[in-house]
Amino acid sequence: MASNSSGDESGRHQTARHRLSVIAGHLQRPSDRNAALLAVDCKAQGSKPNVKTSDRDEGRTVPRRRQEIMKWNGWGYSDSRFLFNKKGQAEFTGKRYRLSGMIIPGLKDWMEGTFGANLQHKTQATPVLNTSAVQPPMLNEAFVEELKSTGIPFSHEAEDRVFRAHGHCLHEIFALRDGKIGRVPDMVVWPNCHNDVVKIVELACKHNVCLIPYGGGTSVSSALECPPEETRSIVSLDTSQMNRILWIDEKNLTAHVESGIVGQDLERLLNESGYCTGHEPDSMEFSSLGGWVATRASGMKKNIYGNIEDLVVHIKMVTPRGVIEKSCQGPRMSTGPDIHHFILGSEGTLGVVTEVTIKIRPIPEYQKYGSVVFPNFEQGVACLREVARQRCAPASIRLMDNEQFKFGHALKPQVSSIFTSFLDGLKKFYITKFKGFDPNRLCVATLLFEGAREKVLQHEKQVYDIAAKFGGLAAGEDNGQRGYMLTFVIAYLRDLGMDYYVIGESFETSVPWDRVLDICRNVKARIIRECKDKGVQFPPLSTCRVTQTYDAGACVYFYFAFNYRGLSDPVHVYEQVEHAAREEILANGGSLSHHHGVGKLRKEWMRETVSNVGVGMLKSVKDYVDPNNIFGNRNLL
Amino acid sequence: MANTYRVLDKVRLQDEEEFVDILEDKRHCNDLRFAFRTFSPPPYKGAPACSSAELNQAVLESQYLRYVIKEVALETESSVEEVRDKVCRIMREMSQNLQLRFIRLMAFTFRKVFKRLFSAVYVNMEGLQALQQATQEFPVILMPNHRSYIDFLVVSYILFNYDIPVPVIAAGIPLAGMKIVGEILRRSGAFFIRRAIGSDKLYWAVLSEYVRTIVRTGFAPLEFFVEGLRSRTLKSLPPKLGMMNMILEPFFKGEVYDITLLPISISYDRVLEESLLAHELLGVPKPRESTAGLLKASKVLQENYGCIHVNFGRPLSVRQLCEGKINRCQYNLIPRDLPQKPNAEAQACGSWLAHMIVRLQEEGALTSPWSLMACILLQVPTTVLTEEGLLFHQLTEQTLWLRKLALDFRAHLSWPEKVPDSDVMSSTVALHRSVVYRKAGRVYLTRNDELERKHSIVPEDDMMRTAAAFLMLASYRNQCLHVFVRPALLALAMSIRKSTRKDELLTCFCFLQEVFSNEFVFIPGKSSQDFDEACSLLHECKAVHVSQWEVTDSDTGLEVLSFLQELLKPFIESYQLMFRFLCEERDCVFREKDFLSGVRTLATKLIVSGELHTYEALSSDMQKNVLSSLRRLGAVSKIEISENNEYKVNKSAVRRTGDMLAGRIPPQIVQAAPDPRL
Repeated sequence: MASNSSGDESGRHQTARHRLSVIAGHLQRPSDRNAALLAVDCKAQGSKPNVKTSDRDEGRTVPRRRQEIMKWNGWGYSDSRFLFNKKGQAEFTGKRYRLSGMIIPGLKDWMEGTFGANLQHKTQATPVLNTSAVQPPMLNEAFVEELKSTGIPFSHEAEDRVFRAHGHCLHEIFALRDGKIGRVPDMVVWPNCHNDVVKIVELACKHNVCLIPYGGGTSVSSALECPPEETRSIVSLDTSQMNRILWIDEKNLTAHVESGIVGQDLERLLNESGYCTGHEPDSMEFSSLGGWVATRASGMKKNIYGNIEDLVVHIKMVTPRGVIEKSCQGPRMSTGPDIHHFILGSEGTLGVVTEVTIKIRPIPEYQKYGSVVFPNFEQGVACLREVARQRCAPASIRLMDNEQFKFGHALKPQVSSIFTSFLDGLKKFYITKFKGFDPNRLCVATLLFEGAREKVLQHEKQVYDIAAKFGGLAAGEDNGQRGYMLTFVIAYLRDLGMDYYVIGESFETSVPWDRVLDICRNVKARIIRECKDKGVQFPPLSTCRVTQTYDAGACVYFYFAFNYRGLSDPVHVYEQVEHAAREEILANGGSLSHHHGVGKLRKEWMRETVSNVGVGMLKSVKDYVDPNNIFGNRNLL
Repeated sequence: MANTYRVLDKVRLQDEEEFVDILEDKRHCNDLRFAFRTFSPPPYKGAPACSSAELNQAVLESQYLRYVIKEVALETESSVEEVRDKVCRIMREMSQNLQLRFIRLMAFTFRKVFKRLFSAVYVNMEGLQALQQATQEFPVILMPNHRSYIDFLVVSYILFNYDIPVPVIAAGIPLAGMKIVGEILRRSGAFFIRRAIGSDKLYWAVLSEYVRTIVRTGFAPLEFFVEGLRSRTLKSLPPKLGMMNMILEPFFKGEVYDITLLPISISYDRVLEESLLAHELLGVPKPRESTAGLLKASKVLQENYGCIHVNFGRPLSVRQLCEGKINRCQYNLIPRDLPQKPNAEAQACGSWLAHMIVRLQEEGALTSPWSLMACILLQVPTTVLTEEGLLFHQLTEQTLWLRKLALDFRAHLSWPEKVPDSDVMSSTVALHRSVVYRKAGRVYLTRNDELERKHSIVPEDDMMRTAAAFLMLASYRNQCLHVFVRPALLALAMSIRKSTRKDELLTCFCFLQEVFSNEFVFIPGKSSQDFDEACSLLHECKAVHVSQWEVTDSDTGLEVLSFLQELLKPFIESYQLMFRFLCEERDCVFREKDFLSGVRTLATKLIVSGELHTYEALSSDMQKNVLSSLRRLGAVSKIEISENNEYKVNKSAVRRTGDMLAGRIPPQIVQAAPDPRL
């Protein structure tokens, strides 16, 4: 069965439209049956006309010229951004998100209060790319000639090249806003299918050209940075046009998909057939299937669907040695070390993932958000631990600390009715006065349940009962939902911060249960201490949340931002603090990364992380697969 | 490496800090009202407050103890319940029960007592402010030096006075045995530790979990004496490391972000127990701590004991100090609750910190005029003090000379300002009439000291009285020995080695440090810094010329150098005497008891015959130090299987050490290379 081919396109669209209308109907009563799909709504429906500029397929998000719809020096879509309007109120522009077009009254005070930022002190980003600042491309003529004959589209325009020279690390974006451009790829190619990739890799080997695979460009590990010491011509291999679902196997519940498809397209297209993968990393609007495989990605609903390594059934990767793949699709094999695990997490150092067979599930019947307020973070963590012990974690369960709770509060959009604000006041009164929660200590867990309606309700009760044992109070679906929405807009917020001298970043780790509290406390304290030592004038925002639970531990996310006014080299200070924070994480028994990957940013710790022999093993694989370092992004090792 | 000295510099900065007499403004206000003042220390931010009972509960239920209980049950073939009961008993014996009302009671009593006993209790306010700040941030470890029983009362009293959370205090178990007083101490925050825990696994486990829980929860500041014991000789003692390691563990394992160490130096003009200590050193058994004894001792209340100076050092961050010294990742692979011996790295780190704290305590101590006088008096021939008397103006002159030298060596003095020097001298002599008295412009040794204990095992009463007075003098000299010890060792090395070559002097200096490492506390592995410090101090006071390769004495420096050499002479002489004793013994195996009494007999004989000029060889403290020093040098070894402390001596090695000390053969560095991390 072929997906998306023109044959039954219209029928499919009809179902999709029908579903949308159902969703629209539920929008008024979010607690109702199909609330599940509200989440989809925040992740930018592809139904916006301006999205469909792609020349290839209807409904695909990512065009070849990404800069047409996305910011070249910031996060996400060009039309969506936070700004302070003439009245000094924060608002979110565009039409893509639930928050779009809304006023966020609390944000200004929060920013001023938290960072000591001031609306009068603004730093403007370079509005357009100054192409003369970009080094002229260093082309390998023979390679270009032969590539031309294959008919695979390519470009060496400055804008295309600059766009693929970076991920979303703070230092990368900061430099772009400053108009500073370092080493960029000399050329971008857009293969359309597996065979195109095979041809490109063959040519690259033949002419000794450096290839850097590029998927969604959402890396936060400096993985896309061109190694400055690279003297060969660098070609960025953009997989975004390899974005088809090649088939769906309803008997085995798998789908065979090209690796360049981005998360939101994959979900939407599968939804049209009544399926989903359930893999929802926070970057799913832009990150690609191939990227997930290459970095060992994790999705927020992994409790039901699993992480990427649990989801893939079959992988096809093109390497300088040829194509690597398994011969069958058995659900598990005992055939020596799993070769998938050389590919998963290889971060583009071994080859290009071209096609992936991935598990799919029927769209869940029912979805429900929820939230629980705890008197303090310690109780919250204890509750999550108990939930994990009883193995009854909902699709997603996340615990925010107090600072982040306040942050979430600051992002509450303006409410239209007096009644709602009255209700809010009443809730606050109940929690802080009647229940005696200290507003400066309480914290919130957000929940997402999925499945059959009956089961969800039963499950929900079980989780709330556990929470009650740890002093948790149910705090409504709305708070939960807003928590998840925040995930998608928080990256936009960083751009707003940068407009006002605030820089920040998030980083993650995984850690055994008994160390969760210690690591949270110590890393946050270390950040604050380091900022002070490095001369940061204002107290930083240093906050964390527990975002995933496992049997033996949890994934912890740290957010860290500060006002850099008065610092001569803010990015350097930032990097020093982040470095110290990572050292602190490792010293407290945390891992080098849970799902962001190593890239070049965390390379220095690889040896102590996987031992000398471990590094040697990985090296020998690299040496065999890619002896001439064609995939020369120099990540990982 | 640079770290220590940076820290030390910081402490030196407080040179001119202001001390405030905390008895002064309150001397006239009502004691009762003082005791019932509102006490509201700012809370610790790290964790919510918990009660003593909750603390004990947390210890009992800890994963760690559960594990150890199971292990011990297996080993001793008893049931888990039995072992658990044992643990509960240990806890009952050990745990404190801090209650504010008892603190108030203490505050009330001690205010009354202090006002009677002491002219003033001086405290540096800046240190207190820093401490108050620190108690809110991280668990604080108060680390006072230990010279008197009242040390910890003084600290708690001051903290109560200034709205700082009162500490829980590690105290010796004998105190717990005292009727009523033991309970009062317990409720004032003392917890009790058995002496000689040895290999009692269960006890170690309970104690360490108890201490760690206090640190982890930030229950209250934890006070302990890193020297382990009250110093009988008023000299710093080499630190004990067990407690230090327990305290550091929560930081190493990431259970707290940081720990604040706070050295406190308590300096007494006159120590309450002075004569008791001297007699203890002479072998008169220490009276058991009992409430009745305490009441009997109340006659000490009728005397004046001058001033106390309490110098609160700057808070030290364990995190900063340990940076680069400890790899905290080593704890990642084993559950933190499981018993785990600190590895070499952690132990080295603990030892370094403990030694550094002792050094900081020394640097923070205030040197009294009396202590300087004691140095002078001990260099005067015995007969002058006992018979013809020392001219008072001569004493004054030399003391003032020494004051200048002490200042050159960066000592902190408690020399009263704005008072004529002669007044300071006479009031000091008056304060210490138990040791010396002044008659007709001359100073004599006081010997009417009551040694009326009938059961005393003293053969020659008269000599023992003199000895007691001399040991008291020696103790007061010891109070300021740390000021002079490094230059003095260099001066000694110069006289022993008769060389000017720096490398040879350094070798000799290290040898002396090694021989005397139980007498004087040095940070391990820092010998060359100590040597450099000695060189620069002597250079600054123009006693020596220092060039790149040489240290030569200068014409003007003779006085200083000979003073310093004389200062250490009692140590050299006593050590040589004991070396001689060991070499002359027929047997190669001896019991500690016999060694002590044998040395005492020999020394008494030689003092009477005028061959030995110091009474310090009689001090049991020094005798034990010689034993441990020789053990460390490998000249004496303990026979492990022996039950009554038997030792085996290698006479040639002892003789060789003696020869090196006398300069007959060049010294060699005995010690293995120091740990590179230190």
